[in-house]
Order: sequence, then structure tokens, then C-alpha cells
Amino acid sequence: MTEELHEIRLHVNGTSYALTVPGRRLLSDALRHDLGLTGTHVGCEHGVCGACTILVDGAPMRSCLMFAVSAVDAELTTVEGLADADGSLGPVQQAFLECHGLQCGFCTPGFLTTITAGLRDNPRPTHAEAREMVAGNLCRCTGYQNIVKAVERAAELGAGR
Amino acid sequence: MTTKLVGAKVQRVEDQRFLRGQGRYVDDIDVHAGTPTLHAAVLRSPHAHARVRDIDVEAVLDVEGVHAVWTYQDLADLSVNLADPLPLLIPHPALTHGRTQYALAKDEVNYVGEAVAFVVADDRYLAEDAVDRIRVDYEPLPPVVGIDAARAAEHLVHEDVPGNVGARLEQEVGDARAAIADAPHRLSLDLTVERSASTPLEGRGVVARWDPDIGRLQVWTSTQTSTGVRAAVAVKLGLDLGQVDVITPDVGGGFGVKINHPWPEELLVPAAARALGRTVKFTEDRREHFISAAHERGQVHHVEVGFDDDGRLLGLDVTFWHDHGAYTPYGLIVPIITSTQLLGPYKPQSYRVVFESLYTNTVMVTPYRGAGRPQGCFVMERTMDAIAAHLHKDRTEVRATNFIQPDEFPYDQGLVFQDGRELEYDSGDYPRSLEMIKRLVGWDEFEAFRAEMAAEGRRVGIGLACYVEGTGVGPYEGAHVHIETTGKVKVATGLTTQGQGHATVFAQLVADELGVPMTDVEVVTGDTRRMPYAVGTFASRSAVMSGSAVHLAAKRAKEKVLRIASDALEADVDDLEIVEGVVSVKGSPGASIDLGTVAVLSNPLRYAFDEKSRAATQFTVGDPGKPPVAEDDEPGLEGKDFYSPERSTFASGMHAVIVETDPDTAEVRILKYAVVHDCGNLINPMIVEGQIHGGIAQGVGGALYERMAYDEHGQLLNASFMDFLMPYVTEVPDTIEIDHLETPSPLNPIGVKGAGEAGVIPSAAVFAAAIEDAEAHDHPGLAITGMPISPSELFALRQAQEPLLKQHEEDA
Amino acid sequence: MKPAPFAYLRPRTLEEALEALAANEGAKVLAGGQSLVPLLSMRLAAPGMLVDINALPDLGAITVADDGVRVGALARHAAVLADEGARRVQPLLGKALRHVAHPTIRNRGTTVGSIVHADGAAELPAVLRLLDGWVEVASVAGRRTIPAAELFVGPLESSLRHDEIAVSATFPGLRAAEGVAFDEVARRHGDYAMCGVAALVRTEGKQVVAARAAYLSVEDVPTVVDLTAALADGVDTASLAAAGELALAHLEPVADLHASAAYRAQLVRVLTRRVVEAAHADALTRQGVAA
Repeated sequence: MTEELHEIRLHVNGTSYALTVPGRRLLSDALRHDLGLTGTHVGCEHGVCGACTILVDGAPMRSCLMFAVSAVDAELTTVEGLADADGSLGPVQQAFLECHGLQCGFCTPGFLTTITAGLRDNPRPTHAEAREMVAGNLCRCTGYQNIVKAVERAAELGAGR
Repeated sequence: MTTKLVGAKVQRVEDQRFLRGQGRYVDDIDVHAGTPTLHAAVLRSPHAHARVRDIDVEAVLDVEGVHAVWTYQDLADLSVNLADPLPLLIPHPALTHGRTQYALAKDEVNYVGEAVAFVVADDRYLAEDAVDRIRVDYEPLPPVVGIDAARAAEHLVHEDVPGNVGARLEQEVGDARAAIADAPHRLSLDLTVERSASTPLEGRGVVARWDPDIGRLQVWTSTQTSTGVRAAVAVKLGLDLGQVDVITPDVGGGFGVKINHPWPEELLVPAAARALGRTVKFTEDRREHFISAAHERGQVHHVEVGFDDDGRLLGLDVTFWHDHGAYTPYGLIVPIITSTQLLGPYKPQSYRVVFESLYTNTVMVTPYRGAGRPQGCFVMERTMDAIAAHLHKDRTEVRATNFIQPDEFPYDQGLVFQDGRELEYDSGDYPRSLEMIKRLVGWDEFEAFRAEMAAEGRRVGIGLACYVEGTGVGPYEGAHVHIETTGKVKVATGLTTQGQGHATVFAQLVADELGVPMTDVEVVTGDTRRMPYAVGTFASRSAVMSGSAVHLAAKRAKEKVLRIASDALEADVDDLEIVEGVVSVKGSPGASIDLGTVAVLSNPLRYAFDEKSRAATQFTVGDPGKPPVAEDDEPGLEGKDFYSPERSTFASGMHAVIVETDPDTAEVRILKYAVVHDCGNLINPMIVEGQIHGGIAQGVGGALYERMAYDEHGQLLNASFMDFLMPYVTEVPDTIEIDHLETPSPLNPIGVKGAGEAGVIPSAAVFAAAIEDAEAHDHPGLAITGMPISPSELFALRQAQEPLLKQHEEDA
Repeated sequence: MKPAPFAYLRPRTLEEALEALAANEGAKVLAGGQSLVPLLSMRLAAPGMLVDINALPDLGAITVADDGVRVGALARHAAVLADEGARRVQPLLGKALRHVAHPTIRNRGTTVGSIVHADGAAELPAVLRLLDGWVEVASVAGRRTIPAAELFVGPLESSLRHDEIAVSATFPGLRAAEGVAFDEVARRHGDYAMCGVAALVRTEGKQVVAARAAYLSVEDVPTVVDLTAALADGVDTASLAAAGELALAHLEPVADLHASAAYRAQLVRVLTRRVVEAAHADALTRQGVAA
């Protein structure tokens, strides 16, 4: 039994990559193992934890719930694409650093991408909205206290502008 | 002097990598070494209890891309020791019937998820395809699920373990039964805590590479003990210790589960790497983590207590049954901790505790953050609440009556703790903690708040719980500090890191001691190449153990710096100081030498390699009348030391929570959460508070959401994040108020106590108390005796209106 | 947790997609995939072929007319939720969609996909059922319309044939003198509800002339109960309680890991009261009548 392979191109963080994958290759695996973009993490592979969240045409989506072959027409952004052009930390990243918004760092990429899009859509969230913004991502280390602070700090740093 | 870093909220140095997606977790490791990495998958038992009659791997052998398929029959050929049961890591005389599993099931499987066959293929997809094609002929046996079934022993988990009892252990101080019989008041309670688990966001994982040219194995594993894995791998694979390197890369959370070792995959992956001559990787998926890692918490307790009119504990007699699952690789650590740490800050006049550790056909039990303490705290604090209710006294008053007083330290509880040492508390101030928590949560103002809420038809309740946590257990940790000729300081300690910020806190300690900028300090943990002697990260021990070792090693390095500098500067050691990496004579800033130059001088050279090192070559330095390296000295500017305490140091704290219960839906809303925490001196308050936050979130999970739901067949019904309800941000307190008390430990040079587990310990107890308190108005007598509690269960309790707390006053 | 192998097709026309489905008994349609992909990864489903409709033209449209909202097969939940016209014409859509999982899932998951997945615990099937909406399905044999009342036939089972694609779902608009409300109780925010209720109330003055409620997660399929009889004499504590009991008379709440049957019954009572009261208030507000 040989599995049919598909030659596709993925557009990630402004770069176009050619790869050959079977239809069942999860987008998360393609990013991590075919493209070496291991910043996107896989925590559950059933769409609940949010560690694998990336931006698909700017909108946060679970990369473990998409197939690589189905992402060919989209512009993808992973955590590796969130730093500023000069290499310094982007505002959401900077806020996480300042607020101790991470411990083991495993869930962090999914939070960073989610918040980046969230603050773009709502640059000045209320406290309740800041909590709501991260309500679909699991973290086992931080108890979320400092993640919410980081959302608010990132808004101060102008992440949504 | 520069500003001290210890005690300051220093930002974490490791975050830069994590925030850029440059963390290196085990599944990120990609060692090509000429050929691509192979991937492993494991066939796991679908039965909780069955005999394995036959395994047919025929259908797998011709699957393209499959490189190996192994069952138990293949293990001895890979390495003789690999066919033996996995190690029983912590033997104990009371563990008379300890059992461990095989790397691959031999004749019998004892839980759903037990490893049965191992496949290596080109990628994980193909490996799973192959696993699906293996046919196993099982003869199902009756499963034993739950503590009741284990105790009834109608069926046995292991044929040769009568009554399913792995161990029975009793400790007694005084004559508790007699004291209870004579006491003016007596109560008995039955209290249950259900199973939960660590569930780090990253599961287990291991990568191994065999280098045939040098006969050496490199293993990367997501563990809490690299030295433990190294020793186990060497023995099981028949290698010398010196042939095995174990490297713990970034770890995506541990919370206890990763202290158990070696997992079957930690042996099978290295064995495959050696047999196939290829790099092999296993990355556990989420379902596997639920059914084949480890759980904790499941215990049933019976309490008999006798007390006087003030609520003073005259006698406390606790019997409990610990569900340790199918195997006992981690010995009796969890129930021993429950049985000893149950006492918390109190001093009962007599205490007896007995536990039985029982086999069930479920995933095995090893420590999960708190490790038996949440259960112990739940039992003790529920008992305190029951006594207060019985005597119509304020709950804090009864507690205060029983506190060990500040002038009573060191206080020996008269028991043997989990490390085989005395349960002797080193320091603390419980009355002051109580005062602080009452103020922080608004204990005295609560009745006014309750009335205000009641006027709106809302039901609120308050709960409070106290704990003492033995932290920093031995036997030891070590550290190595190396000042390079660049002036940079390289620090290695052997225990591992799972998010605690070790690279930051240990750098703080070193930077302060050596007088160097923190940016010049680099810390490596969990790499046996850098520090082969170590124990591991568990029991809130890293700051105490490695923190102390790092401090001591830095001190040694500093002594050498000053000795060499005093020669070079021709000044007395006592007149020297190190500031910003420069040694100078106090008061004469011109006379100075930087650490890099001191490092050059520390290593007499024959060969110069750069401009700086010329200064240390043989025609430049040294007294021709003496050997270049003195008899009692070593080359290099290094310090190495080990810290090995006589016994644990005891952190403590108190939590309080205010909740609201919905009269219609029985949902529980958290209105306020307050913590007073004493872990001795704080190295980095930001990190300590982060640990508390995380512990509380897990505590909320354990109190209100998380349980392992097994059916009677031993199938885990909620082996996914869909149904195992880990809290999101929306389920945790909006704010957590924290106040610190610092009673330094006299047992270690930096005066610290552990902080890692504290947050989770009292949560079940405080929530039970607060919910019960909120319910008291509408449902008097409603008792919360089991955790976790869901709205559905709270509703059932309301319906039943039958107090489960047995309260009978026998002397009336 | 990796899917078993399947043939993958990414057609560019609907005809191509329909032909592939007709030719392959074991083929499944992939739209948002938020329910399907986990099933594939857990190998609880292993279709021989996936027909990915994400590249089909024109299926993403949300068409708003006065009498209803037509949602195309590729319209994501987030797009429907953000569509002001859709929320205006049928406010229940917005009220219910806010409860569908988390925003990240709504960014990819499709409203039509959620409907034809026919999960008795999902919000949209109940909404479509309450509103007496319908789906339009296409196959090589042509098109047909399936009314919601005939769509949900069992747990995770719709009356679509394997060779059909649901190309749209139509939610009738709110009519004059009608009000709607939605609420649910879940274990965690964003989880599937333990019980959810959508209600539609029609009034004359303050008088309730029609009241219906759809229940999700109470039984294996979304169930609609007519509550008019309980509310005919006015909306007050007693009649709302009676409405809850009336609902329970038509429902057999299931038990699962998170809720006993008795607790679900309690949620039916509580949510019926809350949601029907809110729908009644909504109807009055829309008519400018003080409640």
C-alpha cells in the first residue's frame, strides 16, 4: 500500500515552502516536522488545548484540526513570525516577559498568536474581555493570572495598533 | 555593592527563547545524523485485566516503512535485563507485595493502556497504522476497579497478592484510641478524594541516538530526573554508566508525573536506536498520557477524633485506603506523605494512622503535585471544621487552639517522614499566618457580607485551610560553577527544569555571591554530561537543594577567585570585593583585576591560545621554586559543592476562599481567593507567586472539575481534554491575593523552603468548607465529604438532605 | 493520534465534489473539520476519501433577506456571528453562536457543518429546529430541501445521504411580535452544554400566543417542546415553573459523565424559566411594550 502524496506550497511567516505530504498530514505536523517550525506545539491533537493555535489569514485556528493540504491557499503566521521586523520581541511577547506570563512555555505560542489577533480586533479590551480573549487556551502552569495581566500590558504597549 | 538580586522580582532569562518559539522540547529534537529520525508507537491493552494468549504481528511485517515490531518475546534478545520487570524505585519494608510492569506485557495486562507491543516506523502515522494491524488474543479476566472492589477482594489484580493489599503501614504517637475513648467529645468522618492527574501540556517523550563509533548512547527525555533515567537505561540495556548521556531539554510541565522512570518507552526507544542504528523518537499523545502515564489522589479515609471543650485534639485516629493502581514503581511515597503531612500545623496529643495501599486494574499511581498532601489536608481540615461545628465555635479558633507555637520549633511530630527521617518541623509561625489570612480574606467581616448577599437572594460561604509541607527532601543535589576566561560564569546542576525558572533563580544566587552581572551567568540543568550526580525535581526541592548547592559552589568559586586575586593584587583577601565581575581592593579602586583574568591565572598554561591567555604561560607566571599547581589545588577557576540536609524543611501556609453557590443550578462561583504563604526567604517573589497561582488553578481543578472517570470495566471514560475538565481562565479565580510570611529555614545556607506544591495542597479543603458554608442556610447539615464536587453532585446532595458526615456525640 | 490514510480531493467545482461523493461510498465531506478531524485523529472514523470543499466557490455566502438568513456551507461560525444583518433578521443566531465552543474554533468551524454533524449537544441544530429552518442539499441527482424536523434522526445522524452535500442552511427570520432567547449551562465556559435552551415566544400585547423551546444536550437529538399551554394565562413564576414541568413531560433527560438525569431535569426547569422569560421580555421589548 503506497499512500498518495501531494505536492503543495505553504505560505508561512512571509515565506513560501514547497513540501510533499500525504492528505492526512496534520498542519501542525507539517509546520513542526516538515518545515522545522517547532515553535507551534501540540498538546492534545483534538482541538481543546490551543497550544497549536496559529493565524490563518490572520485568524487564530487550531493547526491540529487542519490538514496541510487544506491550508495551501492561506497566509499562515506562527509564533516564529511574531517578533518585530528588527528582531526585538513583539508587544505581546514583551508583555509576557514583563508579566511572567509563562512558566514551562509549552502553551505559550498558542496564547501569543491568539492574543495577537485578539488585540488587533480589540486593541483596548476591558478586564473581562482580556480574560475572554484567552478563554480557549489551556495552561497548566500559570493559573492564568499573569497571562491576563500580559494581555492588558500588551494592550498598553500598543499590540493592537 | 551592587543591588542584591536575591529577593527581587527578576525577569526570567529563559523567556526569550520560549517567546520566540525557540524552546527545545523533546519532540523538537531532530538528530539527523545522516538518516532521518524514526518514530515509535505503542500498542496498548484495551482491557483492564486480561491474559495475553497470543500476539500476531504478521500483518505488520510487510508494511512499508516499518522498521521494527517487538513484543515481550523480543526483549531478552535486545538486552537480557530488558526482559525483567521495571524497577521498583523506592522499596519500603512495609511494601510486602510490590509489583512493577514489564517494558512490554509478558503474560498479563493489568490496566487499559499497558504497553503490549512496540513499533518503529518512518513516521508516527505509519507506526500507528502498523499498531492497528497487530492482532492480540486476550483472555479477559475480571477487573478490580475502585477502592471498594479492591478491599472486597472478590477478584485479585495479581494472583499472588492476597486481598489486593500491596502494603500496610501503621504509625502511632501516644495511645490515640484510648485518648479518643476518654475524650469529652468524639466525632467520626468518612472522607474521599478521587483520582486526578498531573496532565502537563506536554506529554512524555524520548529521543535516543546510538553512536556506534564511540559506543555511546545519547538520550533526550522529558523527565524530572535525568540521572535516574541514565542509571536505569544503563542497567537495562547492559551499558556502563559512562556510555549513557541523558539530556533533559525544555520540559512542557511535569507536576510529578515525569519523576517516575524509566517508562517502558525510555528503555525501548534507546534499545531501538541501538538495534536499528538510527535516531528513534517517541512522542506520547494525549490519549496515551491519560491511559499510560500515571494518576494520583484516589483515597478513602476514616477519621476518629476525640477533643476537649476548646476543640483541642486529644486523640486522632485515621485509617485510609490508597488506590495505587496496577503497579507500585514509586513505592509508598504518596500514602506515607498523606499519613504524616495530614497533621499540618497542629499538635494532637496522640495520633495513630494506618493505611493500606491497594491494587486496582487502573493506571498506576505516582506523585502529582502535592503528592498525598491535598488528601491529608482535606482530611485534617474537614475534621477541624467538623469539630468547630460540633462545638459551635469559630473555625479559626479551633485551629488556633491546636497550633504548634512559634517557640516550640524545632517541633518533632514523632513520625517517620517520606525520606526515612524524623518529621521534625524546623520553623514557622502559624498564629501569625492565621492572623494574616483572616485579614486578607476578610474573615471577621464575612458575616456582614453574607447578610448583604442574602438580602439579594445570594448564597455565599467562606472556607479556610492550613497546611504544612515538608519540602527539600534529600538525599542531595550538587552544583558546579565555572568561571571562564571571558569572565562568563557557567553553572550546572543536575536536577531538571519544567518551568520553574531555574535558569533565573540559580543565576540570581550565583550573581549575588560572585558579584557578577546576571547576564554573565548561564545555568544548565538536567544534563548528565554537565553534572552526573543529582537526584531530581520533585517534592518542592529545587530551590532548597540545588539552590543551596549552587550557593555553596559559588562560594567555593569565590574563595578561589579571592585567593588568586589576593596574590595578583598583593592584598589581603579580607580587603577584596567583587563588583560587576571585577575584583578590587576596597577603598583603592585602581587596584583591580577582572574575573576573566583571574580565570586565566587559575590555569597555568604551556600553550597560549589568545592574547589574554599569554599571561598564564610558563615563561610569564609562576614561582620556579614551586609546582605550577599547588598540591592541594586544581587548575581552573571552578567551584563544586553538594548540599545534603539532615532532614526536610517545612514550609507552611493558609488559604481562604469565598464562594457563591447558585440556588438553582448548584454552580459554584469563586468570589475571592486569598493565600498566606511561608516558604522562608524568597529568592524571586515573582516566580514564587507564579508557582502559587499555578498550584491554585490545579487545586480548583481538583476541587471542582477534574476526576478520572473509570467505568466498572476499567475503561477510562474521559481520556481527553474534552471530558477531563482542566480549568480554563474562566474557571479560576479572577484575582488571587497573596501575602508572604518569611520564617527562614535554619537547615540550609540560604534559608529557603520549597514553594512548588503549596498552591495545590489546601484547595480541596477550602472549597469543601466554603461550599458547605454557603449551603448551610438552605440545606443545614449538608456535608461535603468527597472531592471533587460537580454541580450535578452538589444538586444530588441537596436532594438527599442527608448529611454524610457522621456526627454523633456519644457522651450526651 | 494520527488519522488513518485516506484519499484526498480538493475539488474546484461543486459538480466535481458531488461526483466524487457519488463514486466513493466511503467518502466524507471536509468543511471546517472542527468535529471531523478529532474523530479522524482518534481513528474513531476512517473514511476512505475526504472531499475537501474549502476551495469551492460561492459557498461562503451569508444571504440576508427579510424572511430569513441563508448561510452557505463554507460560512464560518465567526462570520455568521459577525454578520449584523443576520443578527438583525434572526437575533437567535447571534445569541446561540456566542455559546459555540471558543472563538478559535468558530473561526474555522462552519455553521452548516455543525448542523449536519447533528450533535444533540450542539447549539445550531437546536436553533434550526426551533425556527423550523431547513437545509438545501445537493447531489449528482439534483437538489432537495430537508426541513429541520426531518433532519436530525439520531445521535450524530442526519438524514443526508452519503452522496449529498449540504450547500446551505436557512434560518427563518424573526417575525413581528416574536422574541427569542438562548442560554445554556456547561461545566466549563465553552464546553458542550449539559443543557441548553432556545426559546421563541410570540405575543399579542403581553399575552403569550405561542411559546416553543428547543432543548439541546438533554436527549440525543435536539428536541422542541410547545410550551404555549403553560403560559397562556400569563408569564409569572408559577407559569414558568409549569412550563419547565411541561417540557420535562416531553423529555427524557440522559445521564452522562457530567450530569445525572435528575440534574439535567433540574437544568431543564431552571433554563426553561430563564430563557422563556427572556424570550417573552424580548418579544415585548421589540414591540415597545413594557414587561
